[in-house]
Amino acid sequence: MFLFRFKRTAKLGIKSLWMHKLRSTLTALGIIFGVSSVIAMLAIGEGASRAAQEQIARLGSRNIIIKTVPPPEDNDVSGQNESMRVYGLTYLDAERFRNSLPNVEVVVPSRRIIQQAWYRNRKVAIEVIGTVPWYPEISPVRIRSGRFLSSIDMHHKQGVCVIDENVIEELFVFDDPLGQDVKIVGDYYRVVGVVSAAEAVSAANIIDNGAAKGHSQGGANVGNIYIPLTTVRNRFGEISVQYGTSGRSYEKVELQEIIVKVGAIEEVLSTRDTLETILSRFHKKNDYQVVVPLELLKQAKQTQRLFSIVLGSIAAISLLVGGIGIMNIMLATVSERTREIGIRRALGARKRDIIIQFLSETLMLTFLGGILGISLGSLIPFLVTHFGKMPTVITGISLVLAFGISGAVGIIFGIYPAYRAANMDPIESLRHE
Amino acid sequence: MTNDKSNAVEFDADSPILVMERLCKNYELGTVELKVLRDIELTINEGDYVAIMGPSGSGKSTLLNMIGCLDRPTSGDYWLGGQNVSLLDDDELSMIRGARIGFIFQSFNLINQLNVVENIEVPMYYQGYSESESAERAIEIATMVGLEERLGHRPSELSGGQQQRVAIARSLANDPLIILADEPTGNLDSESGSEILKILVDLHERGKTLIVVTHDEGIAENAGRVVEIFDGRIKRQT
Repeated sequence: MFLFRFKRTAKLGIKSLWMHKLRSTLTALGIIFGVSSVIAMLAIGEGASRAAQEQIARLGSRNIIIKTVPPPEDNDVSGQNESMRVYGLTYLDAERFRNSLPNVEVVVPSRRIIQQAWYRNRKVAIEVIGTVPWYPEISPVRIRSGRFLSSIDMHHKQGVCVIDENVIEELFVFDDPLGQDVKIVGDYYRVVGVVSAAEAVSAANIIDNGAAKGHSQGGANVGNIYIPLTTVRNRFGEISVQYGTSGRSYEKVELQEIIVKVGAIEEVLSTRDTLETILSRFHKKNDYQVVVPLELLKQAKQTQRLFSIVLGSIAAISLLVGGIGIMNIMLATVSERTREIGIRRALGARKRDIIIQFLSETLMLTFLGGILGISLGSLIPFLVTHFGKMPTVITGISLVLAFGISGAVGIIFGIYPAYRAANMDPIESLRHE
Repeated sequence: MTNDKSNAVEFDADSPILVMERLCKNYELGTVELKVLRDIELTINEGDYVAIMGPSGSGKSTLLNMIGCLDRPTSGDYWLGGQNVSLLDDDELSMIRGARIGFIFQSFNLINQLNVVENIEVPMYYQGYSESESAERAIEIATMVGLEERLGHRPSELSGGQQQRVAIARSLANDPLIILADEPTGNLDSESGSEILKILVDLHERGKTLIVVTHDEGIAENAGRVVEIFDGRIKRQT
């Protein structure tokens, strides 16, 4: 009976809305935009956060990344003196980590040098990563063909390299790269393996620390070429020349990066503390930076929560404005239909019947607006992803939330006009022109 | 509210349909109390055709609102179909209006957005008729008042006489105890007016109880009883 009545009331509501198409459409627009902005904003927020979390997870949640950064006190004199700046992580540091940290699985020291690689007459900007054979353990790179660097390569300081797929795309258009020789600064390196492209993501990118810039990032390098650490040390040396605005300066850096992988996630933070104690003892200058992806992940999640709240609030305000618009129109409708209300009251409608009639009209409006809003709101993230190249994720919760809010708006802003309609004096209303 | 719902159903067929005892209605206009109806004593039996007459400002309309349960008396009792209306709350009054009274207004008071059938269905909707039941009955009544060709028309597409016929049909929808008409021919030309009168007389002959508020002597002549109101009192009744 109730359901049956509900259906009829809903039908009546739709009919009444249909009679004022333009007015209903304009009114519903408020809800449509409100709902769609809630969904779109949450989708964009969620997409951004997932992307960030994925990037961080790629760094490895059990990893601790220690990077060399130019010590700050040297910064302002750099270029003015011709003397050599010696700073950064050393082989000794890596050795200390290996020997004195209890929970460490692997320690991976790396050199990172921005260079150009040649193959025949093709040239490409790359980052040389001088590293150890167990590098794949701390990195998401996968071997596509051939093999990774081996301890024999290490030991004999072989002129071999492993390149990633991005480099292949640029250098080897037709040739099979395995067995070919790539030239970097006058030396040839034989390609022994191909690995998947690591996202051009480093801890420095994520923490966005200016001090780490310029050193590990050369800008537009296409991909990575992995060479045994010993070979790099042997052939590239450790001294680099920096050309500043006021002349040359020399820098000596042994290692750009040491990544420590801890046995269990729970031990990451305690290991980080021990590690920092060790570092602070041997590094008088503040020439290193410790990055814990796990912590970044937590921070990213927190930032995301804030981001979602802010975006959600903005969207909710637009829904509120839509709701006020609805209330305004419904009040106008009620006063316009005063006589109808009087007639209905005279013909046996109770106050609650009048309330139900007008409330159901408002609810229909917000319901239809909600559905259209959800469609539009799902389309916007799609377009953003397609044209803006931004990741977006529409979560079920955001759909439910948007729809729920629009329903709530309908009830909250519909109840007062409906209540006003119901409480009109039937005699007065019948006389109303 | 103490009276139980069963009271609303049981009704002794022999007792008068409508009894008003010492019924008064006052309106407060600021500090002045305006006595619109004073000690109205009125009894109407089933099948009566009563014309209520009186000059404007005499309290006719207020009496009509009182009879139609649109308003409650300040004092006195009003029994409609064996039930004391002056004790009912707003919801119960609404139900009584819908079930026991059929309204016919001078200005027709149809709902413009609804067609003929839907207009006739309105009182049935509030009595809980199902959609098919009410539509069927609405068509039946509309045919009875000669509107079978106009079922899907909106009020704006009908002549005044036709609109009033829709209103009459609507007043019959719930088979009320009394049909209450307020100047039913007031907005009509004489030809449509006499058509409407004919329908009313016809209804009376079929045993309906009619109460008509009017200036029209012609209606008064048709009616079996005339109640004359002057200055809030019943001056004369036959």
